[in-house]
Amino acid sequence: MSRFRSGTVPRKRRAASSFLAPPRGANRRFSAVSGVLNVQYSVLPGFGLTLGFSVLYLSLIVLIPLAGTFFKTATLSWDQFIAAIASERVLAAYRLSFFGSLLAATINVFAGGLVAWVLARYRFPGRRILDAIVDLPFALPTAVAGIALSTLYSTKGWIGSLLEPLGVKVAYTPLGVLVAMCFIGLPFVVRTLQPVLEDFEKEAEEAAATLGASRWQTVWRVILPHALPALLTGFALAFARAVGEYGSVIFIAGNIPLVSEIAPLIIITKLEQYDYAGATAVAVVMLVVSFVVLFAINGLQWWAARRHGATSTR
Amino acid sequence: MSKSARNIATEEPGWVRALLIAGALVVLASLLVLPLAAVFTEALRRGFATYIAALVEPDALAAIRLTLTVAVIAVPANLVFGVAAAWAIARFEFRGKSFLSTLIDLPFSVSPVISGLIYVLLFGAQGWFGPWLSEHNIKLLFAVPGLVLATVFVTFPFVARELIPLMQAQGKEEEEAAITLGASGWQTFWHVTLPNIRWGLLYGVILCNARAMGEFGAVSVVSGHIRGLTNTLPLHVEILYNEYNFVAAFATASLLALLGLITLIAKSALEWRIRNEERAAALPPEVESSNNKLSPDEKISHEPHAIALRP
Repeated sequence: MSRFRSGTVPRKRRAASSFLAPPRGANRRFSAVSGVLNVQYSVLPGFGLTLGFSVLYLSLIVLIPLAGTFFKTATLSWDQFIAAIASERVLAAYRLSFFGSLLAATINVFAGGLVAWVLARYRFPGRRILDAIVDLPFALPTAVAGIALSTLYSTKGWIGSLLEPLGVKVAYTPLGVLVAMCFIGLPFVVRTLQPVLEDFEKEAEEAAATLGASRWQTVWRVILPHALPALLTGFALAFARAVGEYGSVIFIAGNIPLVSEIAPLIIITKLEQYDYAGATAVAVVMLVVSFVVLFAINGLQWWAARRHGATSTR
Repeated sequence: MSKSARNIATEEPGWVRALLIAGALVVLASLLVLPLAAVFTEALRRGFATYIAALVEPDALAAIRLTLTVAVIAVPANLVFGVAAAWAIARFEFRGKSFLSTLIDLPFSVSPVISGLIYVLLFGAQGWFGPWLSEHNIKLLFAVPGLVLATVFVTFPFVARELIPLMQAQGKEEEEAAITLGASGWQTFWHVTLPNIRWGLLYGVILCNARAMGEFGAVSVVSGHIRGLTNTLPLHVEILYNEYNFVAAFATASLLALLGLITLIAKSALEWRIRNEERAAALPPEVESSNNKLSPDEKISHEPHAIALRP
């Protein structure tokens, strides 16, 4: 950049079109708004237009509507709010949604960790196809996943019929909810962990082996600590997605009150009864949890970036 | 002999390897491959004629049309936003930049059901603007605009989150050179920025589109489920399934599954392409060639930081 300021731009031209060159001194503020934002000088145009449009669009589509849920909840008294979220049925749904998601994310750490390891470390026929198919939960509409999973895991389905003799019923039980939550969260763990495993320097492993570590010790003491931030980020992402998931869960859940109802379904039920405030109260609790998780994910990524010695630009 | 010694140091024994691969295959088959196969098997259970009949039925055609309409509005809207946001965030330094990036990702951490709920609160009969809208006879909810809004919300971050890191990695030197040489802002964007980001842009658009066409939860809240009018394809699948019309449900679902498969293939192809371009861009030709001349020992010798990283 600096070479444009001094060397290559002819002096005459710089004088004629003042936008090309910054006023003397770096970091010069060039308008009131950019003063507040502390904008650093750039020769590139369009900052006001693109930032203005982005913030306007973001506010209209996301921020104002989301803020509406909190305003709506504020119309309830504290007792009404508690009554809305602390009924037996709602609490059971919260329990299933939150603990189910925690369990699913934990399972995904192991299952996804295994898949990521195999995809990153081993070369075998069909690897590229498997690698591509990991993203299926991102690409397959959730309703399709939902009916497919419930057919597959029902007592007549390909997998369900194998499990029935063992006395395991999956579809239309809380276990089915868990399966759907694992489905939706799997790629988050694989995709955060896989690049870390791929980029891990072989030399560190060789050094560990040279210093007498067994293979298991190398994996446990050298590779795992390095991959921990990615693993935790994947866990948090999988959890956040599973808590809010609706489409892939409701078909396999069976939706029995107090047993296999998830929190998003409670919101829909309350909306269908025109209990807008009640639905919003249930939603606000979920939103707060999601925001806390989002905050934690950002913290984790910041931590990971610092640990790996890279300066994060985001 | 030296080859096997190296294997012992940094690789697992063959049987462990086989076991791990088998484990990964079981996970992927039971959660991903078999559900996908089940969709097509169930759809074709009663033969091809029944399959086609379920797709050309008027309500199914209306659902297809509506899904396409919603995507055609929602995806370009988020495309324009994504480009604008990426330009502001990746090309300028300003206070609150990372906060803005976080806000853009916000819709991803909101449950789809809540994404629909927020528009019901705004535009529903009991909502903030509800009375005003019904007075002026404007129908947003349980109509196409509501579906579009909910879809725009859930697909909001896709293009932006693809472009921001890409444009940050590419740096702004090329655009600065263009502007300095007298190009206008639009010329710079069309001839410099756009060719650089086209694959990343396409990648974001493909993911955005897959979600827009497949969205279920958010759309379900604002749709009202009026057959032939406000039912998108995923909602049509739900109705058919709940009516125990499984063949038709899976036939409709197979269309969406096909969309998912095409998305996956396009995505993988683009990832491969982007990776190759990044590799070409990251290594200037002279560095690449000089690196190739190094013997393997020399390459290792200048990478001790891998171990130094550990505390």
